Amino acid sequence: MSTMPTRRRLRGLVLPGLLLMLWEITSHLGWIDPRLLPPIEAVVHTAVGQASSGHLGADLAASLLRDLTGFGIGGAAGLAFGTLLGLSGLARGLIGPSFDAGKQIALFAWIPLISIWFGIGETAKIVFVALAAFTPVALNTFEGVRSASVKLIEIGTVLTFSRRQFVTRIFLPSALPSILVGLQLALINCWLATIATEYFMTVGPGIGGLIIEGRERFQMDLVVLGILVLGLVGFLLNRGGVAIEARLLRWQA
Amino acid sequence: MIATGLLASAVRSGPPAWLRRSFGRAALAIVLPLAVLLVWTASARWGWLPQQILPSPIEVWQSFVDLAGSGELLHHTDVSLLRVVYGFAAGAGAGLLLGTAMGLSPTVEDYVKPLFTALAQVPTLGWIPLLMLLVGIDETLKIVIIAKAAFVPITINTAAGMRAVPRGLVEVAESFRFSRFQLLRKVAFPAAVPQIFTGIRYGLTHAWMALVGVELLASSEGLGYLLVWSRQMFWLDQMIVGMLVIGLVGLLMDAILGLVEARLQRWRVAGL
Repeated sequence: MSTMPTRRRLRGLVLPGLLLMLWEITSHLGWIDPRLLPPIEAVVHTAVGQASSGHLGADLAASLLRDLTGFGIGGAAGLAFGTLLGLSGLARGLIGPSFDAGKQIALFAWIPLISIWFGIGETAKIVFVALAAFTPVALNTFEGVRSASVKLIEIGTVLTFSRRQFVTRIFLPSALPSILVGLQLALINCWLATIATEYFMTVGPGIGGLIIEGRERFQMDLVVLGILVLGLVGFLLNRGGVAIEARLLRWQA
Repeated sequence: MIATGLLASAVRSGPPAWLRRSFGRAALAIVLPLAVLLVWTASARWGWLPQQILPSPIEVWQSFVDLAGSGELLHHTDVSLLRVVYGFAAGAGAGLLLGTAMGLSPTVEDYVKPLFTALAQVPTLGWIPLLMLLVGIDETLKIVIIAKAAFVPITINTAAGMRAVPRGLVEVAESFRFSRFQLLRKVAFPAAVPQIFTGIRYGLTHAWMALVGVELLASSEGLGYLLVWSRQMFWLDQMIVGMLVIGLVGLLMDAILGLVEARLQRWRVAGL
């Protein structure tokens, strides 16, 4: 990235720049109802107002806490489940097909059921976010564990590894790249799920709640601000995931 | 299925090993669903959980029969499928075009990629309230959201696939003086098919999920609406039917894509 010549990187700024200019011009000339397209400075003004009043920070903190709690629970469960399925043929035969069938149900379709079973408070939200993390982590862990090379397994047998050693020295390290892919997918999924819970369950503090509020009050600047924050957090989570992956996989190079 | 399998193995004196194996697999696979059904039935029979939390399997079945018999289920499925078809077609078409352009031309990529990446960071769901204000809550909203959901993964994967076309193949084509179009049709596309298909699969999964999301938020028909409506009425039996149908449709779409993919890739096996 950093070796890219400046000229090529400048090209990337052309389209966003044009779009922003178009936005600013149309909203000032009144070609589009300013309620639909507020000028950029109105969005900035709203952003500064929300940030300095502490609302934005509180919303962001609430969403992130929900996101990461669900990610932690669902990721851990997915890791355990995927490992079990990868190691035990019996578990694979018993549970695998049901899991494959269950994952076909589109994620959001669980929301109504979860909201009936767990209420519409924080618990239900975290359960749903955890579910969003569970599937990709379980799938990728399973595939990773299964992909352990036969040669390594033979070496383990020759060295008379215990079961525990097999898991910690052979299966999990070989599965690590795949597990990390699963965790990254889960991170993206969880952020989406967090927003979904804030849309569909009770409106409380949260970035999703902020956007819904903006829509209900027909405050486009609030909606745009919310979307910007959504995108930014998604981007940072993604970047963080990639950085952690690169660090953990250094030994591979 | 299982019944005929049982029959077959009883009649034949020595079924081939693969049949016995796959029969064993199917038998094992059915254990968990059966156990769940058993506990579920027992729970309904002895009232371990209130009706509003878990209706009995018989009620769910009855609800399915009613919904299917009245044509309601078919109608909702139909509405949802049509939305996905339109939205997916629009998103996939645009994604293939942009992905091809970005994958083959570094200049296009330089100009478009940063904007594309920035827009792709916002989850599909994030755009719904914005679009609601801009285009209302009609069909357009649903189609645009579904198209966006399919567009992003298809663009990314098409671009990656095109970029990874082996340099050697391109050189061969150049020495045969292929035109740009020929190069695209005979070399770049076939070489990029596996990756493009990965994108299409993700795209369809995302499109189906986006459909459910947008129908939960703003719709008066479709499978997602069926869920919301059941939730409001506390008709859990009907809700479970809705979920099962959503899963089934997802499964079918994935299976059909798998078949198409296998067919498109036949030449690979035959050629090598």
